Amino acid sequence: MKLLYFAWLRAKTGVAVEEVTPPGEVATVGDLLAWLKGRGPGYAEALADLQVVRVAVNQEYAEPNHPVGPDDEVALFPPVTGG
Amino acid sequence: MIRVQREDFDPGRELAALTAGNHKVGGLAVFVGLVRDMAGDETVGAMTLEHYPGMTEKMLERIEAEARARWPLEACLVIHRTGRLEPGERIVLVACASAHRQAAFEACGFLIDWLKTKAPFWKLEEGPAGAKWVEARESDDEAAARWAPEEPDAAE
Repeated sequence: MKLLYFAWLRAKTGVAVEEVTPPGEVATVGDLLAWLKGRGPGYAEALADLQVVRVAVNQEYAEPNHPVGPDDEVALFPPVTGG
Repeated sequence: MIRVQREDFDPGRELAALTAGNHKVGGLAVFVGLVRDMAGDETVGAMTLEHYPGMTEKMLERIEAEARARWPLEACLVIHRTGRLEPGERIVLVACASAHRQAAFEACGFLIDWLKTKAPFWKLEEGPAGAKWVEARESDDEAAARWAPEEPDAAE
């Protein structure tokens, strides 16, 4: 699974792109976020308040119950501020 | 048509090209967003716009398609810049052309409101205390919500 981090999520995790293989029980966006939180202090800090974390699966906004799989591109980013 | 680019654009030239040869156009509404030198009480020296290549274009195309479905548009253009921009520089252009002004004005307002809450761009402002990620504003969500119903798959 390919993970992408943008804006302050990239700054806090220290990662822009990474390839991960989560354990089999990680089936949804919510599961993935919970698993990522345990991967280190940077991740824990970045994902401390999920109210300000948006997730896109294969470049489509996704809710916590959205499924995720090994071939997915999952992006984590703050609420958008363009325009 | 949508474009995401680092370089500046010339609004006059873009608008002329957008409607060239199409004499069904009776109204052309345009919004150009610029970098301000203040954010609240703090001075802004510059800002850097980051985006999610791929998803950005996909979302902008979808927002444009939604505008075209809602209003009878003859032409539509969205240009959004990325990278480091200084106060006074252009960030974004939204232009909508229609037979009459009402559709052009409304579609233009809709496009910028939805762009601001759905297209994956983020602003990093450089101020006296260092660089700071701009936080999303509730007033932007409210502005976007005026145009409901929202697509079911777009967050926020």
